[in-house]
Amino acid sequence: MRRRAGTRAAAPFIAITMSGNGTPLLEMRNISKHFGATKALDGVDFTCNAGEVHAVLGENGAGKSTLMKLIAGVLQPTQGQLCVDGREVFLATPQAALRQGLVCMFQELSLVPDLTVRENLLLGAPGAGLGWLRGTGLEKAQDVLTRIGGAQIRMNARVADLTLPQRQQVEIAKAIMKKPRLLILDEATSALSASVVEQVFDLVREERDSGTAVLFISHRFHEIEALADRISVFRNGQRVETFMKGDHSYSEIIGMMVGQKIEELFPPKSPAREGSDVVLDVRNYTWEGRVRNVSLSVRRGQILGLGGLDGQGQGAFLMGLFGLLRKADGTTAISGQIADIRSPKDAKRQDVSLAYIPEDRKTEGLILDQSIRENLELAALGRPDLDAGDPALYAGSLDQLALKHGGLNLPVSSLSGGNQQKVVLAKWLALNPRCLLLADPTRGIDVKTKTQIYAILRQLADQGTAIVLLSTDYEELIQLCDETHVFFDGEVVAALSGDDLTPENIIAATLNVATPSRAAHG
Amino acid sequence: MVDYMKSNRREVIAGVVLVTLLATYLGTHPRGASTYVMTIWANQCLILGLAACAQFFAVVVRGIDLSVGAVMALTNCIASYLLDGSAVGIAMGMVAVPVAGALCGLLNGLVIVYGRIQPIVVTLATASIFVGIALLLRPTPGGAVNYDLADAMTLDLLGMPTALIITVVVVLGFWLPFRRTGLGLGLYALGSSEQAAFQSGIDTRVIRLAAFTLAGLFGGLAGLFYSFVTTTGDAGIAAGFTLNSIAAVVLGGVLLRGGVGSLIGALAGAFILKTIASLMFFSGIPSLAQPLFEGMILAAAIAIGGADVLRARNKLEVFS
Repeated sequence: MRRRAGTRAAAPFIAITMSGNGTPLLEMRNISKHFGATKALDGVDFTCNAGEVHAVLGENGAGKSTLMKLIAGVLQPTQGQLCVDGREVFLATPQAALRQGLVCMFQELSLVPDLTVRENLLLGAPGAGLGWLRGTGLEKAQDVLTRIGGAQIRMNARVADLTLPQRQQVEIAKAIMKKPRLLILDEATSALSASVVEQVFDLVREERDSGTAVLFISHRFHEIEALADRISVFRNGQRVETFMKGDHSYSEIIGMMVGQKIEELFPPKSPAREGSDVVLDVRNYTWEGRVRNVSLSVRRGQILGLGGLDGQGQGAFLMGLFGLLRKADGTTAISGQIADIRSPKDAKRQDVSLAYIPEDRKTEGLILDQSIRENLELAALGRPDLDAGDPALYAGSLDQLALKHGGLNLPVSSLSGGNQQKVVLAKWLALNPRCLLLADPTRGIDVKTKTQIYAILRQLADQGTAIVLLSTDYEELIQLCDETHVFFDGEVVAALSGDDLTPENIIAATLNVATPSRAAHG
Repeated sequence: MVDYMKSNRREVIAGVVLVTLLATYLGTHPRGASTYVMTIWANQCLILGLAACAQFFAVVVRGIDLSVGAVMALTNCIASYLLDGSAVGIAMGMVAVPVAGALCGLLNGLVIVYGRIQPIVVTLATASIFVGIALLLRPTPGGAVNYDLADAMTLDLLGMPTALIITVVVVLGFWLPFRRTGLGLGLYALGSSEQAAFQSGIDTRVIRLAAFTLAGLFGGLAGLFYSFVTTTGDAGIAAGFTLNSIAAVVLGGVLLRGGVGSLIGALAGAFILKTIASLMFFSGIPSLAQPLFEGMILAAAIAIGGADVLRARNKLEVFS
């Protein structure tokens, strides 16, 4: 309390909230945030009390990060109110949030790569305007860094030269030196080792005990066990439930995160075809320490899922198969023939015939300002055996995909997200690929189009295409895929199929704990 | 020391190149390292040096300023009216000329920030406007600048070229302190990662406005110094200085993607470029072939700067 005594008019309110009778430090009422047709948050009520660690749980895309960005002033709500100490506030910019004492340690790091650690700490530090920088608060930051095992981080090292864990340590120091009233830790410790995490937690507990509210987002159950006082579960942009730690068991919490089974979304799986030929066979694929010794094979008619938390190497692996990575080791065989795929041009050759649907369709999959027709022709261009200008090449797949459009000559940006994704699919289907690589093709797409895409993928598989599907959605990995490989830290830690393909097993594998039961008691 | 050289390797490389070139130049010049030779060399270098400083402030925030030369032309023409006559009038003119430059830069900044238009488009348009005004002021080269003042600024002080003293003042008196202010830090943050700067609670609009205003200010200072060297006003100088200022910042290790480089580098780049030109003047290369050689040297310097791409392991990173 002592160091907070002088902070603005807010000080009396802290006293009230600390005594626990009434006004929460932060209250969100009926908050919604829409991105076009996508509802990232939909009518959420949420409160946060001083002196409490509040954990927020949910799958990717459940709306956690959007919630944090609203609190940090990076995004503004489409509707709803945000109150600090019971008074409504409008957080137009991160500065406005900082003035209220709302400090966020972002999941996407907020450090400037070309500046040094010292300069980054000074950036936006309390009291630092555009004038002379006195460096107040640097001792505090250095102190925090030392406490969380970052003593060896030099103040004049460039942030771009630091490792990811070191950058997270700097982020934490930067957040703490701003003397937050509400501290948001969004996957703040994802790259840190267990011992450092423990030191960070000690620090967070200390902050909490001095009256700071802490919002904590993590995918690791044992971290939530160690730190949280209260837990909120989010799913599909809504808050499912809020409860005190210990009120629900892990399997109940996982149930809340995953939600009701919506089996009718997914087409029925085809019976296993053990005997069919292997289309794509990868042995010991390794790249830059980010992908390590991955071996897998896909058969005709099989849908193979790749799961895992963001950035565990599964995305890079898929890019690598399509020839986008340099200096990778390992062998790739297509239908038994070793193939040397060094570029996308190699990958689409007739004798290889891979197709890759990238994660970000707007920047990597499409040229938004060009017409639908021109976009469709892009993949077939450069294949000597195909005439890219021939509309018949696309007619079939456009029919199959039921693309809704107002004319093929309109720019592709005029389509909805789901229909844009169909254009990306159609341009590759024109090449009649042997193996389809998809990076999270249904992210940010409405449910109806999702269902269509699931049906098409199953149909393609039944026609003999081998499919590799990277997904961040457990449902897809379970309901759509015949077999799912889960990545952790660049390696495949689990290959699940048949009855093993359960939400519990997938979540356990993405967190790299052996079984869900061990995670529950460990 | 090793650490310092590592983190400032671009400036160190530019410095070494400059010293080598200068030594060669003075070695081959028939009159050697005399004050006379040094003074003429330093004057030419500082004109482009100030223009490069102007370009630096636009480039460091991931922009570009195609109006640097135009601001110089306009302020040069204004100076040719104001810098003669009574002492008080001249003193006010000395203030008015850089202020005019800063206002030009502020206009650029306002249109860029509040019009949300790319700097390259905005400054291309305003460059025409500034040159247009300059032509109205001085349809043909003319006017005059007080000779005593011009001599004081362009000759030497105890054998030391005044232009070099001004350079040192700009670096020690302005740049090094400026680098330790919130604004100085904000420029780099904005150029390096606008998203991170925004999330850190920086007002990105104010910073960008300030950057272009500073670009205008230094354009005005370049125009002022140009006036001292030539003692006339000429509206036709814009094009050459704009292109050379971009070449100079690139040579000085300032990355066009923003966030990397320093004013010292920009100055060094300008000095290098001018020294090369002077060298060729005395080297016997036919004057018609000089643009060819200058171009090749520039292309080589940029190619070295772009060599980082070879280290990219993900081919998609090459395009970003």
